Amino acid sequence: MGGGRRQVPCHLHLCSSPPLGVKLFLPPSLSDTRALTHVGGVCCEHLCCWNHVHTPPGSIRQAPTMRGCSSRTKQNQGKAVCMTNCPTLIVTVGLPARGKTYISKKLTRYLNWIGVPTREFNVGQYRRDFVKIYKSFEFFRPDNEEGLKIRQQCASAALNDVRQYLTEDGGQVAVFDATNTTRERRETIVQFAEQNGFKVFFVESVCEDPDVIQENIVQVKLCSPDYTNCNTDEAVEDFMQRIKCYENSYETLDEVLDRDLSYIKIIDVGQRYLVNRVLDHIQSRIVYYLMNIHITPRSIYLCRHGESELNVKGRIGGDSGLTARGKQFAKKLGQFIQTQSIVDLKVWTSQMKRTIQTAEALGVPYEQWKALNEIDAGVCEEMMYEEIQEGYPLEFALRDQDKYRYRYPKGESYEDLVQRLEPVIMELERQENVLVICHQAVMRCLLAYFLDKTAEELPYLKCPLHTVLKLTPVAYGCKVESISLNVDAVNTHREKPENVDVTRMSEEALITVPAHH
Amino acid sequence: MALTLNSSSGPNGLTQTPLLKIWVPWMGFNLNRRRGSSVPQFCNSPTVIVMVGLPARGKTYISKKMTRYLNWIGVPTKVFNVGQYRREAVKTYKNFEFFKPDNEEAMRIRKACASAALKDVALYFSKENGQVAVFDATNTTRERRAVINSFAKERGYKVFFVESICDDPEIIAENIKQVKFGSPDYIDRDIDEAMEDFNKRIDCYKTSYMPIDDEKDRKLSYIKIFDVGSRYLVNRVRDHIQSRIVYYLMNIHVTPRSIYLSRHGESELNLLGRIGGDSSLSPRGQKYASALASFIRGQRIKDLKAWTSHMKRTIQTAEALGVQYEQWKALNEIDAGVCEELTYEEIQENFPEEFALRDQDKYRYRYPKGESYEDLVHRLEPVIMELERQENVLVICHQAVMRCLLAYFLDKPASELPYLRCPLHTVLKLTPVAYGCKVESFYLNIEAVNTHRERPKNVNTNRNPDEALQTVPDHV
Repeated sequence: MGGGRRQVPCHLHLCSSPPLGVKLFLPPSLSDTRALTHVGGVCCEHLCCWNHVHTPPGSIRQAPTMRGCSSRTKQNQGKAVCMTNCPTLIVTVGLPARGKTYISKKLTRYLNWIGVPTREFNVGQYRRDFVKIYKSFEFFRPDNEEGLKIRQQCASAALNDVRQYLTEDGGQVAVFDATNTTRERRETIVQFAEQNGFKVFFVESVCEDPDVIQENIVQVKLCSPDYTNCNTDEAVEDFMQRIKCYENSYETLDEVLDRDLSYIKIIDVGQRYLVNRVLDHIQSRIVYYLMNIHITPRSIYLCRHGESELNVKGRIGGDSGLTARGKQFAKKLGQFIQTQSIVDLKVWTSQMKRTIQTAEALGVPYEQWKALNEIDAGVCEEMMYEEIQEGYPLEFALRDQDKYRYRYPKGESYEDLVQRLEPVIMELERQENVLVICHQAVMRCLLAYFLDKTAEELPYLKCPLHTVLKLTPVAYGCKVESISLNVDAVNTHREKPENVDVTRMSEEALITVPAHH
Repeated sequence: MALTLNSSSGPNGLTQTPLLKIWVPWMGFNLNRRRGSSVPQFCNSPTVIVMVGLPARGKTYISKKMTRYLNWIGVPTKVFNVGQYRREAVKTYKNFEFFKPDNEEAMRIRKACASAALKDVALYFSKENGQVAVFDATNTTRERRAVINSFAKERGYKVFFVESICDDPEIIAENIKQVKFGSPDYIDRDIDEAMEDFNKRIDCYKTSYMPIDDEKDRKLSYIKIFDVGSRYLVNRVRDHIQSRIVYYLMNIHVTPRSIYLSRHGESELNLLGRIGGDSSLSPRGQKYASALASFIRGQRIKDLKAWTSHMKRTIQTAEALGVQYEQWKALNEIDAGVCEELTYEEIQENFPEEFALRDQDKYRYRYPKGESYEDLVHRLEPVIMELERQENVLVICHQAVMRCLLAYFLDKPASELPYLRCPLHTVLKLTPVAYGCKVESFYLNIEAVNTHRERPKNVNTNRNPDEALQTVPDHV
């Protein structure tokens, strides 16, 4: 131990291919297998890294701290022993038009954003792929034996894909989106999970408010492939009949009968929650998230600060003030906000001068979040790209190789930023109309969350100065309107150059640097 | 609300407050009208958290813990324990008969105590800048809860009920053992007597106990905790602070366990009296790492998790343990910004005013381009939340970080936090017991420099260098 410690890029991210440029410390020799099985060196804020056992290739997944994850203590045959970090199967439960798919997609988006590989498996989709044309609700009648057989097959096919995703494709969480309204069906899923060593967490949505159900149907069912050729009234009528097909056999999660299961029951779109046996960190986070989201219509406005002094000089980071054009933008932003006539708008800024100056021009109260500060470029703060290339050519190349995970020396990575921004996202979910005045990297992270962009795309999202993005949740996603306030500004967007090799020439590195003074 | 564009104070005039390093508009005369706030406002109207439940259901445990947590994250919170008011009104507790529902005189006293407590709640909010008050009493009847609700509504306070429901006789017996026997009510009693009396006391409440009704009370905001957390019912969470409280309550547990806090072994920069940086362990530091490993082995801890920061010195320390550990960036030492890797002497020479400001308010002071202890606490909140979820954990961290974590567990206020003693080469073992935390300190007998700088007498910006450097510990 001791000497020979070197700072190397992180190779222990089991959730993705080895990223470079993340500064972690590892023991001297990576080829030392003792080091590989006993060393912790994993980035911990990533839920998928909790208690990860880094296993050398070819060996069985054994760990000193291995223990079962089920709250039951029976020792059944044919049950895989799962480690403290077993994959999780989230199972939705509820009648049609109760928001299961909305919740599935939103939850999946959130988990992926915070770094937990998650995928949803919508059984309805499997059914649509199998039964090319949907005729009518009669398909769902409980006495339609052929229909039942097909639906069962689709559920099995979906579970098979779940197994593949969680055991072979590096998935950590799978969301099994279907009605799952009978105890029998749920029991099948529980057994499937036990056999494969997955934890199960049920998310049931219960709602009897006819207005909410109607609104659901209008928002998402009418444009479903099932109803492309129907008029609105026909579609609504058919869908209502469809719901009826499930009602008679619906067995809601029961406080007594299902007391050993882990679940959350969401009642009346979040009025009330029943939470049973939360087993681990990821379930706790899921519950917290589900309890904070709402469906009240609202819009989120994202923009950067006005153009700053360092922007025009082509320098990154720092804490400079606005240029004259930046101030103009701030003024126009104030006017824009007024014309939008937004109800109860909250305004958030970072704690850096340029966002605060921008907010000041609005003449309304605003709140400063340190968490919204721009990415810390460490030793590269206030440098131009040309200077970074000259002073730190290796770092510059590593950054281009994996811009998401790359951490500036003594600074941060986009990945760190996401971690930092999670409480902001959580509060954005709770709030209604909000204007967030932030910075380029920060805005990219927030945008990626709302628009479900991957880690690869995130650091290259276009967030130009003097442009407001208005995000409005609609159906299962987010409508984006881009509003340029017509004040000129420098371009600060640097595309990924073709050559990202550490051996590249300066010109190749600097080819995509935007123009500046 | 009408938006007015105030063109006179254009985006020109911003100034950075010297202590907190917060940018504010340069309107010296009306700092009160400042439109920005340095931290997001979590709650606007004050909130009264009302505990509900039979005796020995953990209400006081929850009250105290939640209060500790809220204060630590910066929300001024206070517990108002009605039993305490009763003990002050009725000097000596005779027996359970005091609590019989037909004991009219006692009823009067108990009602008066509840009112007195509510009055103090109002004072706490209006005069002492309190944000959250925890009203800790049984509150087992609808009538009593209605009184509290009206009291709150009249004054514009929000109300959030926390009901603890438990019928497991073992848990209740354990509760009674842990906290009731040490209560002033039972101080001179024999254990069996006390147990019997307390059980009779519980019976007094049982007949009139009306739990929060999911139908009749559906407009109230509340959380019901069943069987020490195996199930929860959450109704109408109305704002951010209630959401945080619910999240916190759903993550705590009562399973016995211990948390071990330690700093990294002595580092090269420690020896040189330099702050921050990312240096390696010194030879003595490495010795400590081995000693720590032996110590941990000797403790025979079940399923110990080990956590470190992303900095070399904590990782080197963990390496010697030979067990899996996890790195948290959130556990990194406080960022001293422009003062990174400087000695105190150099800070005094180059940034004398900053040095003085720091001594004036060490908790809130933010290094230029760096952090404050207050920032640290926000950074560490997810660590605390996960510590609450976990069982046996060893956290290898840094001086400022350890002070923050320790302050959470030992309920130290912001003024004391930055001066808590966290010497090198010493492990603190924290074990929750009754309403608090037992601390055992283990010095592993490996010498190290002292890195603790006490607050000097003179914190004025015009002080001379000797006065500033008076309390700097020795170094190379």
